[in-house]
Amino acid sequence: MAPPRLTLDGLLKAYGDLPVLDGVSFTVGRGEFVAVVGPSGCGKSTLFDVVAGLEPPDGGRVLVDGVDVTGRTDAFAYMPQQDLLFPWRTVLDNTTLGLEVAGVRRRAARERARPLFAEFGLDGFEEARPGELSGGMRQRAALLRTVVQERPVLLLDEPFGALDALTRADMQVWLAGVRARFEWTVVLVTHDIREAVFLADRVVVLGPRPTSVRREVSVDLPRPRDLVTITDPAFAAAEAELLGSLVR
Amino acid sequence: MTRASQQRPTPPGVGGGAGPTAPEGSARGGAVGGAVGAREWQQGHPAATPDGATTVAATRRAPALTAGARGARHAFVAGFPSLVLVAAGLVAWQWFVAATGVRPQVLPSPLRVAEQGWAAREQIWANTIPTLQVTAVGFAVSLGLGWVIAIAVDFSPWLRRALTPLLVVSQTLPIIAIAPLLIIWFGFGLLPKVVVIALVTFFPVAIGLVEGFASTPRAATNLLRSMGASRWQRFRLVRLPQAMPSFFTALRIGITYAVTGAIFAEYVGATAGLGIYMSLQKNSFRTDLVLAAVVVTALLSVTLFALTFLVQRLVIPWHRRG
Repeated sequence: MAPPRLTLDGLLKAYGDLPVLDGVSFTVGRGEFVAVVGPSGCGKSTLFDVVAGLEPPDGGRVLVDGVDVTGRTDAFAYMPQQDLLFPWRTVLDNTTLGLEVAGVRRRAARERARPLFAEFGLDGFEEARPGELSGGMRQRAALLRTVVQERPVLLLDEPFGALDALTRADMQVWLAGVRARFEWTVVLVTHDIREAVFLADRVVVLGPRPTSVRREVSVDLPRPRDLVTITDPAFAAAEAELLGSLVR
Repeated sequence: MTRASQQRPTPPGVGGGAGPTAPEGSARGGAVGGAVGAREWQQGHPAATPDGATTVAATRRAPALTAGARGARHAFVAGFPSLVLVAAGLVAWQWFVAATGVRPQVLPSPLRVAEQGWAAREQIWANTIPTLQVTAVGFAVSLGLGWVIAIAVDFSPWLRRALTPLLVVSQTLPIIAIAPLLIIWFGFGLLPKVVVIALVTFFPVAIGLVEGFASTPRAATNLLRSMGASRWQRFRLVRLPQAMPSFFTALRIGITYAVTGAIFAEYVGATAGLGIYMSLQKNSFRTDLVLAAVVVTALLSVTLFALTFLVQRLVIPWHRRG
């Protein structure tokens, strides 16, 4: 059997005397969407920094397709909480930033990003400045910048955390739809249980700091999901189960 | 932002409409924090500079002068109260001189300053050119040095620790005592004046750049690192453009100091220039011509100051304040 796309194997991390990650292990299958939830300050962002290769772990390994990529950044496309679109670049040139860094010629990079603009609801805003975009559009542009890098795993760190509730709902429905058409392997960190249930195939629950995986909940809801999904009793059941395991 | 909210196309798959039953998630605080963060991000980060008051003043004035085509009119409207104040001051001065009959060697009337200044315009102009040259060369040296040092400091924490105290010390040197020594060491030529200007303006430029580079959000650095960017790529793609607004603030402070520095250096000893001109006129009790030269100096500074906004618009058109 092929190894899982992503394996976290007993990740340990401490900042000085403060242990943050206490043996975090889980796997993500190819094309799977896994949400990671946990109480505030449990170390979700630290976990992402370690997985993305931004911080070295004190112990444990990160594997992609069975290959040890601990401390390497090239297997992951990372989307931080803020959109971090740079005002000195057009929207198009913001989305090609990762490709440019990787050495793709500017023109070729643009030709790779441009076809995605319609799908991301950004048609006609290629030459706009980020300041001209609404919050939801900025977030979609940031996601476009992430996926166009075509790395094996997408790491989304509370991508909709800064949006207002309605825009956020829009974005979640849109992401559920667009994700069904692309075969992304996604790990999403969120503190929003509904978002986790709505978007994910499986939800990993982390315990309080120092954190480890407390439990995993499969979300057996049909795809594609839309707003009707949340009226499904299975949705409420999964939500209740997660809430129970978080609050307990 | 407003344009976006009007033109925003409906993203595919949102047809269902997001009513109150949507999976809205938790809106607790996140939205507010995010909005504030975004605004800060767009505005850039005002530089911390040695002269806090000046920076604040420059920052406040900035919107009036960067606002594009309406800029000039806007600046006039914004500057109108100052003009009224200046005019009132001049009228009071004129009246005071007429009423008290004070001798022009002590206090010439504004009209006399204008009259005599105009009569001596060729002489004043001939002395303005060298001052401009000295200012340009001195400030160019200062800028070059400031950039080199700031970039070195940005790349090396060791150099940061080594150089930052020295930068501060360079600012505590009593120029008034150093300048005559520089004349003794380097003569009456260009060099001592360039050194004085560099000493005066180098600090704001270097610090403005260093702080500008350092204002890069950690999250932006991490984003670039996740893309596999080298230190140089991170500098070129993020830290450098990020530092530009703060650099231009520093540039404005520096350029005004540069003119004052040039005048001062010339005052101590020179063959030509507005500084030595003022010194000579003072010695022959031509107070009116001293003041005329002061007016020219002020005009020079304001022109150079305004010029930095023009350069800023050309170099970083994406940057808008307010």
